[in-house]
Amino acid sequence: MEILNKIFVAPFADMIAAPDFLMQVLWEGLVSGVLYALIALGFVLIFRSSRIFNFAQGIMVVFAALTLVGLHEMGVPAWIAVALTLAVMFGLAVSIERIVLRPLVGQPDIILFMATIGITLFLIGFGEIIFGGENKLMITSELGIPTGDFVLEPFGGLLILQHIDITAVLVAAALVVSLLVFLNKTRMGRAIRALGDDHQAALSVGISLQTIWVLVWFIAGIIALVTGIAWGSRAGVSFALEVIAYKALPVLMLGGLESITGAIIGGLMIGMLEKMFEIYWGAPLLGGNTESWFAYVLALVVLLFRPQGLFGEKIIERV
Amino acid sequence: MLYRTAGQFKTSYRADQALFPIKQDAFLLGVILICAWVVFPLTASEFTFQTILTPILIYSLAALGLNILTGFAGQLSLGTGAFMGVGAYACYKMITLMPWMNPVIAILLSGVFSAGVGVMFGIPSLRIKGFYLAIATLAAQFFLVWLFEKWAWLYNYNASGAIQVPNLDMFGLYVAGPQASSMTQYYVVLFIVTLLTYLCINLTRGNLGRTWKATRDMDIAAELIGINLMKSKLTAFAVSSYVVGVAGALFVFMWRGAAEPNLFDIPLSFRVLFIAIIGGLGSIMGNYLGAILIVGLPVVLNTVPSALGIHVESALLEHLNIMIVGSLIIFFLIIEPHGLNQLWRLIREKLTIWPFPH
Repeated sequence: MEILNKIFVAPFADMIAAPDFLMQVLWEGLVSGVLYALIALGFVLIFRSSRIFNFAQGIMVVFAALTLVGLHEMGVPAWIAVALTLAVMFGLAVSIERIVLRPLVGQPDIILFMATIGITLFLIGFGEIIFGGENKLMITSELGIPTGDFVLEPFGGLLILQHIDITAVLVAAALVVSLLVFLNKTRMGRAIRALGDDHQAALSVGISLQTIWVLVWFIAGIIALVTGIAWGSRAGVSFALEVIAYKALPVLMLGGLESITGAIIGGLMIGMLEKMFEIYWGAPLLGGNTESWFAYVLALVVLLFRPQGLFGEKIIERV
Repeated sequence: MLYRTAGQFKTSYRADQALFPIKQDAFLLGVILICAWVVFPLTASEFTFQTILTPILIYSLAALGLNILTGFAGQLSLGTGAFMGVGAYACYKMITLMPWMNPVIAILLSGVFSAGVGVMFGIPSLRIKGFYLAIATLAAQFFLVWLFEKWAWLYNYNASGAIQVPNLDMFGLYVAGPQASSMTQYYVVLFIVTLLTYLCINLTRGNLGRTWKATRDMDIAAELIGINLMKSKLTAFAVSSYVVGVAGALFVFMWRGAAEPNLFDIPLSFRVLFIAIIGGLGSIMGNYLGAILIVGLPVVLNTVPSALGIHVESALLEHLNIMIVGSLIIFFLIIEPHGLNQLWRLIREKLTIWPFPH
């Protein structure tokens, strides 16, 4: 009975007893959920337009953030460093398309997946040689991001909202909206979607595969930079950040590999649920640190009922 | 010329279906086996055993296990490292609970536990396919490593949280632990690897192997011709996890000597996956070629600068290593996406008809 009480009653009693703490937990979860969603968004974009499962997205986040901080350390002013980092990400997109993807067009999915793991290893080695492996501070204040916090008092309790987190959420929202506008309203955006629907049909109406792939990898690079700034200002910049890439994978499973909505909703859900599970069930009952696997198990359970994820395209199989 | 097959007639179906229909193949295998069993042990130094011979064998066994699942049955798995961990921890518990047990038997039995866990995590594969399944196997990866860390019973409530291999003897000869000699360990590993490879070759050529291949090529079509998908997929998970588990037990007991939970983390899974893919999915020999490349490469890269008389800092060298391995993976995927095994097959084809072009 004791164990049932601990699982089914005590956590909820705790939540009701301290609603401000629950809100704090949910807010923290929401913020990390936004970042998971951003990484997942990079995956989804590339997957939709090329069916490549881009494992390197997580390392691109680290690489972008490191480039930004590294350039600033060399004495480049913050905003020029941002522009230069974007140029570096563009160069990266072009060289990945030229050197890696073009010779591998038409290969089985798993080969392209392996190639992105190769890119990941290359970027890890390259980044560590150039920027060093130690943890660096993100140049938050130089970029003009406010660093204070709001202290609210709901239900007579205490709720602390960091300015960095609020900025991250707002910037992420703006990014998602502009991305949706870009995909739905512009010529290039429509071309990306057409390529995602059917490669050959898109090629036959004159859409250039190479241009679109470079474009998509560049957009993924921009998303990576934004994610890198947001996450880096919370935890510092180092290659330890790559673990968050593993957090984005269950988000993809949960939301569906092709769906932008799925990436966002999946990211927010996983961010909040894993924090709640860790605080109310994981830490007291299982010895903590459950965040490493909770998202995966949750996604696995959802997948057993919906094999294409919550928002993924229905899988139609023909013989 | 060396590979000329003219004059080798087959007069029965049995001879036609033999494991080595061409004499030269059997001869080559004989040479490799003699090298592995006699020549290498006689000539190798302690360093060679520890850094090249034993790890290559263990990694190729792990890749063989993964290849059965991914290459033969078509189920992509990213959780190999964790299943190796299950094998290692199972072996450790058996040895410490029953110290009288023969170590080789314990290692072979430990695979049974990882096979059980593998089947459990294989159940979702009945509904989930492709990349979704690959990410689902990551659930096993992260959950199991977390379990190794939190479940103190597994490491006998050790303060360090790591498992230490005790001295184990078999017929008066130390085979594991600090006192065992590298050569003995090499022979134990070689024996188990040879045995399991032999079993796997025959398994993949037989009825079960053909069901796996049908499932890999198109599972709905396989179901339509009367293959029980559940049986096919779950046996693939079971056999694969068994082999991987044995490789994990060997990894800790015959090579590392001690293990922490994070040893079985995702980089290990990826390294095994690299070996399987660079070697060639759906091949047995490819695993050995891949392991030679992936295990041998860092050793070579480490010795090159000192041989040339250039001093390079070890941290820089390590990063360069990662970078070069990453680029080589891409390079090999571009020149031959079907792996080193396919490369060897092409060379053999050319040799058979040499010096004529057709």
